[in-house]
Amino acid sequence: MTLRVLVLLILALVAPLAQAADRFIVVQSTTSTENSGLYGWLLPQFTAESGIEVRVVAVGTGQALRNARNGDGDVLIVHARAAEDAFVADGHGVKRHDLMVNDFVIVGPRTDPADLNDSSKAAAALKRIAETGVIFVSRGDDSGTHKKELALWRAAGLDPTGDGGAWYRESGSGMGATLNIAIGMDAHTLTDRASWVSFGNKDDHVILVEGDPALQNPYGVILVNPEMHPGVRAGDGQIFIDWLLSPAGQAAIAAFRVNGQQLFFPSAR
Amino acid sequence: MSDALVTTGRRALAPARGPDSVLPVAMDRVGYTIDGVTLLDDVSLRIRQGRLTAIMGANGAGKTLCLRLIQGLLHPTAGTLSHASGPVTPTGRRRIAIVFQRPMLLRRSVAGNLRHALKTYGVPRAERAAMLVELLDLAGLRALAQRSARVLSSGEQQRLSIVRALAADPDLLLLDEPTANLDPYATRMIETLIRQAEARGVTVVLVTHDVGQARRLADDVIFLNRGRVTEQTPAGSFFDEPQTAEAAAYLAGRLLL
Amino acid sequence: MGDAIAEAFRLIAVGDAALWEIVSLSLRVSLTAVALACLIGLPLGALLAIARFPGRGALIVATNSLMGLPPVLAGLLVYLLLSRAGPLGPLELLYTPTAMIIAQTVLVTPIIVALSRQVIADMHQEYDEQLRSMGITTTGAVLTLLYDARLSLLTVALAGFGRAAAEVGAVMMVGGNINHVTRVMTTTIALETSKGNLAIAVGLGLVLMLIALTVNGALMALRGTQGVARHV
Repeated sequence: MTLRVLVLLILALVAPLAQAADRFIVVQSTTSTENSGLYGWLLPQFTAESGIEVRVVAVGTGQALRNARNGDGDVLIVHARAAEDAFVADGHGVKRHDLMVNDFVIVGPRTDPADLNDSSKAAAALKRIAETGVIFVSRGDDSGTHKKELALWRAAGLDPTGDGGAWYRESGSGMGATLNIAIGMDAHTLTDRASWVSFGNKDDHVILVEGDPALQNPYGVILVNPEMHPGVRAGDGQIFIDWLLSPAGQAAIAAFRVNGQQLFFPSAR
Repeated sequence: MSDALVTTGRRALAPARGPDSVLPVAMDRVGYTIDGVTLLDDVSLRIRQGRLTAIMGANGAGKTLCLRLIQGLLHPTAGTLSHASGPVTPTGRRRIAIVFQRPMLLRRSVAGNLRHALKTYGVPRAERAAMLVELLDLAGLRALAQRSARVLSSGEQQRLSIVRALAADPDLLLLDEPTANLDPYATRMIETLIRQAEARGVTVVLVTHDVGQARRLADDVIFLNRGRVTEQTPAGSFFDEPQTAEAAAYLAGRLLL
Repeated sequence: MGDAIAEAFRLIAVGDAALWEIVSLSLRVSLTAVALACLIGLPLGALLAIARFPGRGALIVATNSLMGLPPVLAGLLVYLLLSRAGPLGPLELLYTPTAMIIAQTVLVTPIIVALSRQVIADMHQEYDEQLRSMGITTTGAVLTLLYDARLSLLTVALAGFGRAAAEVGAVMMVGGNINHVTRVMTTTIALETSKGNLAIAVGLGLVLMLIALTVNGALMALRGTQGVARHV
């Protein structure tokens, strides 16, 4: 192959990549909204209405917040209230808006070896898990779900991280990978309901604990601050946020179903 | 064949040996020692324009080493080696072409090998195509031009190596046992090729063990024995009345190392 | 596994537009990265093989070690470079196929350099004296060796392609696995695995293997025609 042919080949390969996308924004997001299929439902509606393409980077709340702190993203959709407030307070975000809620659940083997099924309180259930020593898989990745789990352990007056490697195992992975691990080990784990309902590899695992107000899972949406990060596409990002919070956007969220089940409940005020 | 060459070949490869010729080449008391072993010792000789010099001697006598020194691939560790044109630079080496005993041909076609040589020797692009055809004809390899060089017979490979060396239009052509292990027919073709090279004005130095070949081709003979020159004489007197016992023994097939 | 194989056949048979989009992006990104890595790596490998200069030994050790560069680390380095907060932030390349090509080029180049250096060094042993006797320049020697080693170097390029097509960490980090924009085979497999859709994930894996097989087969066929038709 001569050099000339090689260069032509490279040009042919690169050319289609150089196409300029007209209008788009980048959303740094938690994974549950992507994995459940919510974006696949919502975004085409928004794009049809606005002509703005939405590119979602779904990486987990902790990573999404870190990426956004580098200015890599225009809009943030995450679920870790304290971290979101800190993000705005540090000047990286313009303002945090309530977007929607769903809830967390604790899933485990159908046989329920720790006898959790009669407890409707998360703290009590976690205590029993610690006492009986059944395996619990933690995300361990600084994600929204991980932060929530640690808060629940604190509320139960326990610090399981000292038992790391014994019954308490940190996967250091995303929700889906962690669910796969928990199912493979016949273990328990905390997951948001949306990820669980849309998860395809449930095997013989079921929801064992749900319905505690402490398990509420509020999602927020934030415009990355263009004054701090000049590259941010603030105009189009704001249009997206305005649409999400509008009656039309909120209705679209409420209308999303997986297996006939509503997974996200609008909460904009 | 030789006549055709003279009429068609001269223009492209004119044997014009101007004042910049490397010839004559002179070795004056040259020695070569490596790792404490002396391979050449006190060698003095002259290579003259237009005279075919055969270097003879038993295996290990230092014949190939002499060629490498003349070509500038190696440098003497003692004495002086001088070319009429001055010290040999890497590019100046093109004036002195060498063909090794085992030809190193590129992994390309016959024509590809010659094109590579023409390009490397800085022949202008416009002249290359004509010279390619001429060199192929000279070697008698035109029909095999597209054949992979490495699947040619030994004789064909040797001929290709020689015309590749001629692509540089050198003053001096150094041939290291070009007919070793060749049958009489292939040998004769190589000898014809050597005569044709001379017709172009190329001066040839030939390392050979073939006494008959040396008789047929050589004007001068240099006889090396264990790193020393024992005779340097016109060919006729060397073969008819060798001056040293070693040369006499070698010619009689009795020289043992 | 039966499900997975059925899924693989279904994906191919249906000729799913989404699948085709992902496959073609994967090929474009990885083939471009390998081509760029060859443009950079082959001359460098040849130079390391034949030139003698101070620091050469250290450079050889460095490139050999870099063959083991973890994709995630390469991804992280390219992310830090391309992030809006990074030195090349204004180019707005993060989360684009170009970013993925850069990351994979970083991953593949050391392989091309290290393997081609070895191939060329072996050939150089054989060619060196002949080329020097012809008074060739260093550039001329590099080009001669690269051309004559072309068949072995094709295998080197395939090793590079294997690494590029198989890695997920780097493209995930700098591409973001954005649907229709930067989603490739490996990131899709990771995504479907995280959704628990294991049959689809394995099915996609089989499709990826099939693509690797096709690319290898095509190049070997090319090599075959070169080797047989032109040189025997």
